[in-house]
Amino acid sequence: MTEIVSTTPGLYPLPDWAKEDLKTLKGNQKEDLISGTEGPEIEEAYEEVRTEFIDAQKAASLDRIVEGQGRWDDMIAHPLVVHDDVETRGIVRYYDNNNFYREPVVKGELSATGDVAAELSAAAEQVADGLQAVLPGPYSLADLATDEYYDDSEEFLAAIADFLAEEAAQFPAVETLFLLEPSLVENAPEEGEDERASEAIDTVANAIDADVVAYPYWGALEEKVYAHVMDADIDALGFDLVSNHDENVYNAQEYGTPDDVALGVVDGQNTLVESPETITERVEWFSEQTPQNDYGRIYATTNTETFYLPVNRFEEKLEALGAVQKAEVKA
Amino acid sequence: MTREQFRPDDHENDHFLLTTVVGSYPKPKWLHRARDLFEDEDSKFDAGDFEEAKDDAARLITQEHERCGLDVVCDGEMRRNEMVEYFAHRIDGYEFNGPVKVWGHNYFDKPSVVDEVEYGEEWLVSEYEFTSDVATQPVKVPITGPYTLAKWSFNEVYDDEADLAYELAELVNEEIEALVDAGARYIQIDEPALATTPDDHAIVGECLERIVADIPEDVRLGLHVCYGDYSRIYPEILEYPVHEFDIELCNGGYDQLDVFKEPTFTKDLAMGVVDIHAREIETVAEIKGNIKKALEIVPPERLTVSPDCGVKLLPREVAYGKMENMVKAAREIEAELDAGEIDIEPPAPSAGD
Repeated sequence: MTEIVSTTPGLYPLPDWAKEDLKTLKGNQKEDLISGTEGPEIEEAYEEVRTEFIDAQKAASLDRIVEGQGRWDDMIAHPLVVHDDVETRGIVRYYDNNNFYREPVVKGELSATGDVAAELSAAAEQVADGLQAVLPGPYSLADLATDEYYDDSEEFLAAIADFLAEEAAQFPAVETLFLLEPSLVENAPEEGEDERASEAIDTVANAIDADVVAYPYWGALEEKVYAHVMDADIDALGFDLVSNHDENVYNAQEYGTPDDVALGVVDGQNTLVESPETITERVEWFSEQTPQNDYGRIYATTNTETFYLPVNRFEEKLEALGAVQKAEVKA
Repeated sequence: MTREQFRPDDHENDHFLLTTVVGSYPKPKWLHRARDLFEDEDSKFDAGDFEEAKDDAARLITQEHERCGLDVVCDGEMRRNEMVEYFAHRIDGYEFNGPVKVWGHNYFDKPSVVDEVEYGEEWLVSEYEFTSDVATQPVKVPITGPYTLAKWSFNEVYDDEADLAYELAELVNEEIEALVDAGARYIQIDEPALATTPDDHAIVGECLERIVADIPEDVRLGLHVCYGDYSRIYPEILEYPVHEFDIELCNGGYDQLDVFKEPTFTKDLAMGVVDIHAREIETVAEIKGNIKKALEIVPPERLTVSPDCGVKLLPREVAYGKMENMVKAAREIEAELDAGEIDIEPPAPSAGD
């Protein structure tokens, strides 16, 4: 019997009041964005945001609860931008979206800041069980950043992996860790690099006692990359069925999967709200297409972060995910 | 030639470099205040008052463009709040659900297509009529292109963005026909989204075919693209059925200039010669240097001189200063061309072009 677990990859849209208040409190130029040294008034606003995010997930009966990453102004580049030895430069495009983040430039030795751990500890006070951590995968974070300190890209990727592992080691007890790896699809690693990307995931996964989900999105992994990621010490691998279900199911058929999978079955970038029935059908479809795999657990999730959405539709999508018919899923 | 109709009767030089703008201009602070008042339910400032304020602003900025000496002007888009929202509010089938993040704390009311799109309210005809009544110079009409309207919306209805873009292209065509009937002779289609997804250039091309259907040949059609990797859309865009490409190049220090040299650029070029992301006003000498770079791509009779993009993010006095220096620079280059003092030849078309 496959366990269906409803969750999200985090990075939620700020509530509309917080969009306004934080813009007023912080400003809307690039130098005004998050630095990790915010004053009490801004911190208080973020605490309220965190509580709203957690309450919305509880109300939707999601099985895993994320902190919501309201402070992540620079999306998944966030863990670097709050580091003292990282400088932020101009705003650059965030993958193929009409969204931008500040380019983080690494200027010195990377070591944990505890920034993400502090967010999670605050969330843990409000979440009795099912807390889920979210981090950028090491390959994606290295891809989004510019290195002006380490010798080469190989050393840089390893340093980023160690940095994320140190951050993860400071986390409070969490059930699950989602490692967001869109760059594995969007800027696929080349020969040799793919193996190192997999080892980098290992480094982070081994630093934490939680179920680790490597979650690539915006398409499917190239076959060689897929094969290498399968070698990593992960509990689950992600499949973005919204953007490309055919190639994703092909990978799963051809190369197998870990015991658990995370299926992106709700569109994180479109306001059309999927019904719980549609979500269930999509999960069932994947199971039926890959009968050779006996899944222990299937995470049902949005395919991407959800900050792309207006708040009303975002909340409706959480509710739809929470209402997915768990008992009826035939795996 | 669609271009010669815009040469002013009293133009002082034999050569003519058409000077114009891309569209948006900084709104006077009082116009923002007027909008706040209009949106404040407790205020007595009503729709009529707000219309009057927008008319005043449109009159003011059109004349400000003329004071800069521009050959073709517009109203600085005083009536438009944003380049997608403005149109989505007027098209049936769109709905608004609230702001979404663009970057940091900058948001955009990204609309959703929730039903088949249909022509609803009139878009730009009254804007054009008002501006051309006020202006003594010819007026250009910038209009957001269907690909950008599709790409920067949530699509809940159509199978893919291309289908939505083609439907929207029919509506843009309808609006341009109405503009032409009202007397418009210079239309600029803005497709900034093409820069973010250059692989979709064929979709934009198909949209343009639909847009130009039944538009008279003497109507000048331009396409504005900005902030992208042009090597990924060039030379394919030369197939587009437009007369002119308006391209941002100044911000990148003309690092992509060579893209347009091989194969030979066969359309008219409207080149950005001032940077709209820099607050320093470029000197006339500096802008002349930029114009000369454009002459490496097209001969003077095919060159339009404009800023990189809409100037609305600049302080108003900086925007004015840039336009004024841009016009001075163009006139000086014309005089130097007349005197035979400039010796730049664009590459001649080769047999393969």
